Amino acid sequence: MKHLLDLTLKESRFLNARNILMKFTSDKWLPEMLPGQFVEVKIENEPKVFLRRPISIHFVDYEQNELWLLVQTVGNGTNKMAQLKVGETMNIMLPLGDRGFSIEKSNQDLLLIGGGVGVAPLLYLAKILKEKGNKITFLLGSRTKEDLMQIDEFSKYGEVLVTTEDGSFGEKGFVTQHSVLSAKKFDYIYTCGPTPMMKAVAKYATEANSACEVSLENKMACGLGACLCCVTETKKSNECVCKKGPVFDINELNW
Amino acid sequence: MANLEVKLGNLSLKNPVLTASGTFGYGTEYADFIDLNRLGGFIVKGTTLNAREGNPYPRMAETPSGMLNAVGLQNKGVDYFIEHIYPTIKDLNTNVLVNVSGACIEDYVRCAEKINELDKIPSIELNISCPNVKKGGMGFGTSPDMAAEVVSNVRKVYKKHLMVKLSPNVTSIAEIAKAVEGAGADSVSLINTLLGMAIDAERRKPLLSTVTGGLSGACVKPIALRCVWQVANAVKIPVVGLGGIMCATDAIEFLLAGATAVQIGTANFIDPTTTVNVIDGINEYLDRHNFSSVTEIIGAINK
Repeated sequence: MKHLLDLTLKESRFLNARNILMKFTSDKWLPEMLPGQFVEVKIENEPKVFLRRPISIHFVDYEQNELWLLVQTVGNGTNKMAQLKVGETMNIMLPLGDRGFSIEKSNQDLLLIGGGVGVAPLLYLAKILKEKGNKITFLLGSRTKEDLMQIDEFSKYGEVLVTTEDGSFGEKGFVTQHSVLSAKKFDYIYTCGPTPMMKAVAKYATEANSACEVSLENKMACGLGACLCCVTETKKSNECVCKKGPVFDINELNW
Repeated sequence: MANLEVKLGNLSLKNPVLTASGTFGYGTEYADFIDLNRLGGFIVKGTTLNAREGNPYPRMAETPSGMLNAVGLQNKGVDYFIEHIYPTIKDLNTNVLVNVSGACIEDYVRCAEKINELDKIPSIELNISCPNVKKGGMGFGTSPDMAAEVVSNVRKVYKKHLMVKLSPNVTSIAEIAKAVEGAGADSVSLINTLLGMAIDAERRKPLLSTVTGGLSGACVKPIALRCVWQVANAVKIPVVGLGGIMCATDAIEFLLAGATAVQIGTANFIDPTTTVNVIDGINEYLDRHNFSSVTEIIGAINK
């Protein structure tokens, strides 16, 4: 069941120059949300913005009744979002995407690879997967040390490995160049980040014979599978990322 | 509570609010947010004789107060609709209309013939105005002779309410409207999207895979309103107005300009409850101005 809710900003804080962590709450209990699903946020009073903005679910804290969004301020919509003050509300449609990450796993060795703000959905995913007895390893990539986010939060659920393009933290290079990938085979790989990174991860996974899921981020309008704008080419047909995804198995895609 | 019922010829609507094809899926996508039975009706996604994959991604670009789309009539074809979609929507207590498109007259006719057999579909909306397909589509809607030819051929096989959706990408939309009226249309709906374009200056590339696409949203409303007014003054059949309706006041403006009903399109993407808010808002307006029926305000700017 999808909902249209006015959620109240409880806390927000820039984690670095471009990314802001926003924690929303409600006087009603938040509905059930699954890792990999997303929300669409209505941007009010910004003439340059017409459509809602799709944002990954970063974390859901049911005890505190909080929805966490990790937002990269890239344009007029996300910059307007970042200006929201504590106590103010935003109209948010959620949860969207019929298919999040696969969570019916237990006692497996899982690798969660994130790049840039693509790390966002991996936190909630890790919480759920850890509760089911899986061993979690994160491999997080960014340009510099300053771009890394939420390392303390990720550390609660597993080992955190890092690559930076400038070598300022962790191993130097891209996530697909990290030494752990040649040292070890994982049962399952989950990834979210820039498309070139995900394609490189998919290539690695195919060669290593590991199953792999990717979370796509196509430009979208309705978020409900009605407008057919956000399609990705699958082996079968063009499918809406917003409805049939946003998570796909790499074997379904024409990558 | 005013009487909201309107009649499009032989088609009765419990209120004048429909949804625009291509913006409301098959209705079920919106069922978590609104009671579909409250609508005057909804028009399902453009349906063609054979399945179409549509255009490559990217198909959408946001523009000031609007958006461009280049979906290109992606759908699984009329037989899939009849087998898989129709059973899920046929028992709704509202009018379900099917938007029909084609690459040639024969395709329109065969598709309409199949839908004519569906008891619970009281009307088709003939799409002679899609800007996003290479063959057919808007080609049929930009010449009065071609428009009349496709409509008269479909008229021969389609026995129920025949609505024809018109393109604004023409010199005189009233001329096209008169041509399809003469060919047997029961009503006209307008406007389809306006042909537009957007460019990413940094990358020096178009934002749509097809370069051009259809513009919709709040920004097109003044053009749509003008088209509705011109057509309503040119034809005797009912006019259904659409284009940039975001709220009840917008919808009322179309009724005042001469539309008997309206369609809500792109607004569904921003607020999935727009349709019911528009119905409530029209009712509130009629009460506030002491009208007992919505029919009293249709074309009222001319009165």
